[in-house]
Amino acid sequence: MSTTEAPAPAPAPSTSRQPGRAERIARRVTEANLAVVTVLAVVLGLFVGAILIVVTTGQSFGGVGRAYGALFAGSIFSPSAVGHAISTGHGWSAAFTPLSETFVAATPLIFAGLGVAVGFSTGVFNIGGQGQVIAGAICATYVGFGVDLPVWIHLPLVVAAGAAGGAVAGFIPGLLKARTGAHEVIVTIMLNYVFLYLLSYLLVTAPLQQPGQSNSISRTVPQSGRLPHLFSGGLRVNGGFLLALAAVAGVWWLMQRSTLGFRFRVIGSNPLAGRAAGMDAKMATILVLTLSGALVGLAGMSTLAGTDFFLSTGYGGANGFNAITVALLGRNKPQGVLLGALLFGALTAGGRYMQAHTGVPFDLTAVIQAVIVFFVATPALVQEIFRLRSAPGEKKILLFTKGWAG
Amino acid sequence: MSTASLAAPAAIVEGRLVSVSRVRGLGAFLVLLAAVAAVPLGLGTRAGVQAAFDFADPPAIDLGILHMPVRAVCVALGVVTALLGAWLLAGRQRRGTYLVFTAGVLLFLWAFLTWVARNNDLSFTQLLAETMVSATPLVYGSLSGVMCERAGVVNIAIEGQFLAGAFLGAMIGSATGVLWLGLVAGGLSGAVLGALLAFLALRYGADQIIVGVVIVAFCTGLTNFLTEQVLSNHQNLNAGATFGTWAIPGLARIPVLGPVLFHQNVFFYLAAVLLVVIHVGLFRTRWGLRVRAVGEHPRAAATVGIHVLRVRYRNVILGGVIAGIGGASFTVGSIGEFSAGMTAGLGYVALAAMIFGRWRPFGALSAALLFGFAVSLQSFLAVLGVNIPSPFLSMAPYVITIAVVAGLVGRVRPPGADGVPYSPE
Repeated sequence: MSTTEAPAPAPAPSTSRQPGRAERIARRVTEANLAVVTVLAVVLGLFVGAILIVVTTGQSFGGVGRAYGALFAGSIFSPSAVGHAISTGHGWSAAFTPLSETFVAATPLIFAGLGVAVGFSTGVFNIGGQGQVIAGAICATYVGFGVDLPVWIHLPLVVAAGAAGGAVAGFIPGLLKARTGAHEVIVTIMLNYVFLYLLSYLLVTAPLQQPGQSNSISRTVPQSGRLPHLFSGGLRVNGGFLLALAAVAGVWWLMQRSTLGFRFRVIGSNPLAGRAAGMDAKMATILVLTLSGALVGLAGMSTLAGTDFFLSTGYGGANGFNAITVALLGRNKPQGVLLGALLFGALTAGGRYMQAHTGVPFDLTAVIQAVIVFFVATPALVQEIFRLRSAPGEKKILLFTKGWAG
Repeated sequence: MSTASLAAPAAIVEGRLVSVSRVRGLGAFLVLLAAVAAVPLGLGTRAGVQAAFDFADPPAIDLGILHMPVRAVCVALGVVTALLGAWLLAGRQRRGTYLVFTAGVLLFLWAFLTWVARNNDLSFTQLLAETMVSATPLVYGSLSGVMCERAGVVNIAIEGQFLAGAFLGAMIGSATGVLWLGLVAGGLSGAVLGALLAFLALRYGADQIIVGVVIVAFCTGLTNFLTEQVLSNHQNLNAGATFGTWAIPGLARIPVLGPVLFHQNVFFYLAAVLLVVIHVGLFRTRWGLRVRAVGEHPRAAATVGIHVLRVRYRNVILGGVIAGIGGASFTVGSIGEFSAGMTAGLGYVALAAMIFGRWRPFGALSAALLFGFAVSLQSFLAVLGVNIPSPFLSMAPYVITIAVVAGLVGRVRPPGADGVPYSPE
């Protein structure tokens, strides 16, 4: 697909000629570097999705065109809405609704993806996203309806409560791992179910349950506890997205520039060297899982205080698990997580639109996401499928996690 | 990995030896259980209240109903449990710790069940029979894990193989009307996913845990998609037929044990056979020695002429077959109809069972039985109307798993090369 361009001729052996600009670009797009592999993985993901649509509906590729057209119109822009806005001069908010929805869907994925990525770079695998999202959202809801304060103090408290809830949910597996050696993969997964059932208990119990309701619905967070919208005109994108961007910068600074982050990375890549240098691996495990949980808890807070304002059964949906794939897609780098979350946010927003307008189930996007990460996790496979050149300095094997004894 | 396993204290690493502090902790826990049994359960019940344990279930010989005075039984069991706990607290004896602890926990459970059955009728046989039903998929899952990880490949995709097996089992079983084909289809779907894991992990050196998680995500998305897109429009593809139970002649009439062990469906018997076959295979045959060599030290295995990658491919695919059949047991083996996300994380619980069992089939079985018991007890308590909110009852099996992994298992020693990519050159 990207190899349509013929490879540039080899440079003449005698002279050390600088390759021309076009040649350099041609070289870059035909080698298995990060960007090329990711783009091709997306192509493959959409290809698998197209096959699924054709097989299950029996339609021709026209059905795929309609579904993917809706996917695009629901996530980036719809040509008709933009055309309408340009020709009439108003209706701009409708034209920007798809992008706004993409940012809204990406916000929790950024927070949660950062949380999982911080864990991965320290050698800790946090699969407890679902539980931590719920824990963060529960605490944020309590502070949201529980106190009556002006917005400038109420909103920061709601945000802090979300982080604190997730931090507690992350601290438990951290402590258990450091003190007893219980593996975090198991403990975090089990805690997902614990928090899921805890939520379903709290939702039918005072004070969380909405008074006068027999359904499992919580009280509503008042205006002073909500993240403000960034634009007028009904676009749902809100302050949570800005907070998420700040978190990207914060995590980048922590991991790349601070002493603590350096310790985390050393312990993650070589625990023996870390110990030889006097670093406390157990304390690092506790800290990392707590921090990771806090970031994931912010994901729960961001949907609660940004768009939903109340809790219901199974809150948070797949955000906790998708955080893992976002972190992998972003190769555990904060800026990569941001891009990965935007991509998956677009798929989520577009997927909802696609289901509403063409009837193709939303779950198709989950399949597409999984296929994308399959190929991102195995760059060598993509390289072989598309016969790409090896990129200099690009690792073929990406070993992120550690075995059970780690 | 290897560096970290060096760090673990030898006393914990070596199977049966347990650190003194852990022995003390277990002892203290038993004393706590004893106090609960004796005071709120025992003394908290009025004298003269009786509990009834029902020992009559159809295929078995009728033993009638056993009546027990709740107060006296709970207090007596509490005292015995306290003695066991005190023995652990005082003793420096390390061997037999788990045996004593298990005995203490069982005594506490007896007291608890007696208390639950006060003024009531509890079918002990049914409780155990449902334990077996709940444990069966976990046995398949953990055996799949044992097969893969003994050869050095981490299979975290069991949950995905469960979902695929459950989906295809229901669909093929319904479409053809032949449930056996559903079972076979479940196994095949697991094999395909196992082959995918093996291919990505062994050929391209992809991270096994990540590939596993992605396989789970893929299967979850795909089965959700197909359930909505296909099954909901074609009810005849999700008809919900299940295998009937087979009573083994003679043995099924043994009281309690008969209905529990010899009056189950084909998935239960197959799991029992696999358990024995894999145990004997791994620890008593040449094949097993090779598998374990590949899992512990692939380079050494390769130098004596074992084809490391071939062994790994074979085991991961076989493990996939086992997990896929376990998946089919969710639909054609028990509930019948497939519903989205019906495996509810049991694939991960199976992994916990495998770790608890220290990568041994019968060790994993004990964890599976423990979890199965918690699940079936939870549904019994809900039926008997115990005054605990149902979300907490549903939560209990997961909390117990955490407690067991943290309190009893601790740091474990997996096969030496578990999860480490191997390249022949």
